[in-house]
Amino acid sequence: MATIAAVIASTHHPFYYRASTSSGADRPPFADEWVAKIESFRDTLTRAEPDILVMVGSDHFHQLWLDNMPQFLIGKAPFYDGNFYNEEREFGLPRMRLRGHEELSSYLLRAGIDAGFDLAFSNELRIDHSITCPLITLRPQVDLPIVPIYTNIFAPPLPQPRRFVELGTTIRRLVAAWPSDQRVAIIGTGHLSLELGGPRQFGPHGPDPEFDRKAVEWIASADLDGALAEVSLESLWLPGNATHGFMDFMLMMAVAGQSVQADYVDSLDLFHTMEAYFTWYPKGEGQ
Amino acid sequence: MSKYLLNKFLYTVDRDPELVERYRNDPQGTVSWWEAERANVILNVPEMERSTWLTFTEAEREALATHDYVTLFGLGCHNFLLLTLFIALFERDYDEPLGFQREFAARLSHWTLPYPDIST
Repeated sequence: MATIAAVIASTHHPFYYRASTSSGADRPPFADEWVAKIESFRDTLTRAEPDILVMVGSDHFHQLWLDNMPQFLIGKAPFYDGNFYNEEREFGLPRMRLRGHEELSSYLLRAGIDAGFDLAFSNELRIDHSITCPLITLRPQVDLPIVPIYTNIFAPPLPQPRRFVELGTTIRRLVAAWPSDQRVAIIGTGHLSLELGGPRQFGPHGPDPEFDRKAVEWIASADLDGALAEVSLESLWLPGNATHGFMDFMLMMAVAGQSVQADYVDSLDLFHTMEAYFTWYPKGEGQ
Repeated sequence: MSKYLLNKFLYTVDRDPELVERYRNDPQGTVSWWEAERANVILNVPEMERSTWLTFTEAEREALATHDYVTLFGLGCHNFLLLTLFIALFERDYDEPLGFQREFAARLSHWTLPYPDIST
């Protein structure tokens, strides 16, 4: 059976690439601290020695559109191009090309559908910054094949939070049961409190520091009961109008396993949003 | 009300560098052209199989044609599409980093929860 080498959850701040590669007057004052935290976080993946990366993210109206919107989608392609013109324009993100792992994609699609998730699929998927940003932070050499999994946290009507949790539990179980000797890291990115295109956007901190404090506690201890008791599709509007991305964190808490304490927890209070980084090593892997 | 069509305008302009410039420089003309020529094109379907029923209301047309993002927010445009396109249009006119984004927030500051419904 495959080995789950690491489970990693983080935010995906699109400005990291530009902040970390800028110099002189263009380099923001927080860049050095941010880079140091990211390099430390990156070590947690490197130590796990993965062969394949399963990447959970959410398309931000790039390829997926309102005339045909999937709730959960798995890419199955030999390659994935990455980043779009408007991400180049706004964030300075580079164009990328990644290898896909079609065998694991096929397996997850078949076994996931048979497990009760009517998953959409794509044989030609261009991935956006929800997946390229964690690659830039965690595996900048982009040398490993990926399986992209997209969730809809963006275009209502959305799936319920418990459905994200159920999908996370299923992904964990299916990857662990995959007949392979490969080491798989499962990486997903979401948001803490976040406002985009609203009156609370781009403040000195995230729009709801109290939500962020609670959310980091929930994630660090994979406290799904605590999160599910307080979080609903309706309540997630309150901390900020883009906070439904927290459901991708809930999915990753389920991948890590109910109440399993993260082996690595870090955060960084930036303007506009709080960054947060979590790694779990199942069965003592990577330690 | 056609939130879907408003979003389709924002989406199709935002992903096309030439259209971004055209909308910045000639909003009225771009909106008129787009509604006549592009509003009914289904994005993954040949153009001859276009839809027949999509039009803006007068208020929607006017808000787009005047770059009035405060009204567009109130009409229930998707917040991410609205922000992303308007950053592309106007961020360049501000000296301070995030100057436009902060003005955008301030101009919406009369809104409290719940915000307009963005469901389509």
